Amino acid sequence: MYSFEPSDEQKMLIDAVSRYATSDLRPAAHDAEENKELPPKLISKGWELGVLQASIPEAYGGFGERSAVTGILATEAMAYGDLAGALAIGTPGLFALSVLLSGSEEQKKQYLPPVIEADWKPYTAALLEPSFDFDPNDLKTTATADGGDYVLKGEKTFVPFAANAEAMIVYAKLDGATKGFIVPIGTKGAAGLKVGEEREKYLGLNALPFYKITLEGVKVPKANLLPGDFARVLAASRVALAAMAIGVAKAAFDYSRDYAKERDVFGVKVAQKQAIAFMLAEMRTEIEAIRLLTWEAAWMIDANKEDASKQAYLAATGAMDMAMMVTDRAVQILGGHGYIREHPVELFMRNGRGFATFTGLAMV
Amino acid sequence: MIEFEIPEKIAGICTVIKSVADNMMRPVSRYFDEHEHEIPWDYITFMQTATRAMGGTSMAPSEKREGPRLGFQRLAFMVEMLSWGDAGIYLDTPGGMLGSAAVNATGTPEQKERFLARFKSETPTFDAMCMTEAGAGSDTSAIRTTAVLDKEKNEWVLNGEKIFVTAGHKAMVDSKGFIVVWATIDPKAGRAGMRPFVVEAGTPGCQVTKLEHKLGIRASDTASIVLQDCRIPFDNILGSPEVVTDKATTGFKGAMATFDATRPIVAAQAIGLARATLELLKEMLTERGVTVRYGLPRQKLTSIEKEVIDMEVMLRSAWLLVIEAVWMMDNGKPNSLESSMCKVRAGDVVNKITQKAVEIMGPLGYSREYLLEKWFRDAKISDIYEGTGQINRLVVARQILGYRSSELR
Repeated sequence: MYSFEPSDEQKMLIDAVSRYATSDLRPAAHDAEENKELPPKLISKGWELGVLQASIPEAYGGFGERSAVTGILATEAMAYGDLAGALAIGTPGLFALSVLLSGSEEQKKQYLPPVIEADWKPYTAALLEPSFDFDPNDLKTTATADGGDYVLKGEKTFVPFAANAEAMIVYAKLDGATKGFIVPIGTKGAAGLKVGEEREKYLGLNALPFYKITLEGVKVPKANLLPGDFARVLAASRVALAAMAIGVAKAAFDYSRDYAKERDVFGVKVAQKQAIAFMLAEMRTEIEAIRLLTWEAAWMIDANKEDASKQAYLAATGAMDMAMMVTDRAVQILGGHGYIREHPVELFMRNGRGFATFTGLAMV
Repeated sequence: MIEFEIPEKIAGICTVIKSVADNMMRPVSRYFDEHEHEIPWDYITFMQTATRAMGGTSMAPSEKREGPRLGFQRLAFMVEMLSWGDAGIYLDTPGGMLGSAAVNATGTPEQKERFLARFKSETPTFDAMCMTEAGAGSDTSAIRTTAVLDKEKNEWVLNGEKIFVTAGHKAMVDSKGFIVVWATIDPKAGRAGMRPFVVEAGTPGCQVTKLEHKLGIRASDTASIVLQDCRIPFDNILGSPEVVTDKATTGFKGAMATFDATRPIVAAQAIGLARATLELLKEMLTERGVTVRYGLPRQKLTSIEKEVIDMEVMLRSAWLLVIEAVWMMDNGKPNSLESSMCKVRAGDVVNKITQKAVEIMGPLGYSREYLLEKWFRDAKISDIYEGTGQINRLVVARQILGYRSSELR
């Protein structure tokens, strides 16, 4: 059967996340971007909503079952408030969900409870690499067996909270396939792991501390290899990012629509001009279309459908174009005001451009 | 619960329709494209028997035999598959189409019974919707066809000319069908004066005067119909008797309610054609040694791969919009917004895909040896009828902005 209605439980979760996103995240977004810092209290409050915790089974310290559909619903609502905030709150999920989706039973029991049962802590993951044609299935970072260890070599970029990470998953190429490796760091650090001295500076997401890391022969025990299929992790990341793109686009759409209904031009409201009204109609239509594609991909993941990975790829591809189109138009609808940083649409537009790049920065 | 599982019953019907499309439509696609105004009777006769067994292809789905309401979902899937076979020949499918949709959306139970029962007969029967006039296309409030009540005889007298009537000839000449004529009972009242009337085949004063020659969907007849002192019973005005005088229940609302039901179905037609095109394109590319690699970053894709992947995104997401709109219809949820959104998107998508496919295949795409050029022509209608892309954008815009038509023209 088809159904386009979230369950009552999902609706409650969406409501809770939406309330936090609109009354906490959004009001803080501008200053967080300008000051290049998210208040830690803001992150803890978001973490306490328990979106990640609800997708981890009790046996590993959580209180639910992982559902990609529930995950993307919450993710969209969170990103609607602010993308940087949503990514920060979800960062421990990069570590935890990598373990949940591709780890062994032992690894799950050992590594999940410390992440899930505690306050928000900088557990993270490193997938992206500094090359224009970065391909998650063809990494330049390598893992080679050396006695009882694997040795990791390469360069990673866009690693959130790397400077004070408790632990991270490093993705590297092993025998031609992408595999995740658990790298404990804590206060002792990891030998051969160099974190860039300065935070990376980007087009957007300045509220988030991203770092380059260099792996100069980092040794991890063989037991730290996540044995499962990376495709599951990648699909989880793709639908999560698609959902975030939808959240950002929806935020841009709502803001520009409300503005167009307020602002007078030639004796009517801006929105009463077909040139603007049609732009808004197309934005709304495109958001809905990609949202359904993403829902379907997430549903396919949950239902273990064969084509789930391909569908997640299509959803992420559609979402990155949609987010760019919608956020660009939102700025256009505000005209000169859209270009001024007092209004959030220019930030939405900078965030919107990022979805072509952000692979691996979110997971559900 | 969010779910995307195609219901078993519908999947079964699709399998049957697929073989109809393969065996009865594709082999004659080119013939009926090149012999405009010939009627594909083999297909029609076959479908008459086949669809009766499957519960019909009516735009006024019967709901009695099913548990969860699936009527419009089933119809959308059937139409999608039939258009995958041939978008023009699909329009020759016997059974209730747009006329029935209007009867279903605006008629009384008695009228539904009286007018729709004919589709259960063994003879292929058609209907049609008459909205457009020479001076009234998208602006339906400008229609000039009049309906005057002859109180003595208790009959309506219709006068005017309707154009662009899809399947008008089949409804009125080739079968004992009917047309739904939108006419005004008060020319000064604009939209408020509009009412729908049923004119049955064989009614004196109603004549098919012309068949159009078109860019595409040539297997489907597009008729002009003249009404000259055409007399119909009083009861053929759709709706309860109060619709005659009740200014609040304007006929225009009925027209809009009809569109809520028909737009997703017309969008489903676009999707079927778009899917046919994309599948043939991929097949032709594969035969020529080009396979599309999924999962790669854009930077590593060839331009053809990029185009094909974008087409898949467009196609699938637009189809899901259609399914959402018919699911809402089946579940009694107001769907004006979704109905128009899916029509906008499907109309765009089918044109982009068919245009790109012709471009990508170069001389092979432009050649009449393949169906790509025909499908490119067939596609354009999806952005025009049942509300142009622009009219549907207007409907979407009004909904999302909360504007009345006087506030956003």
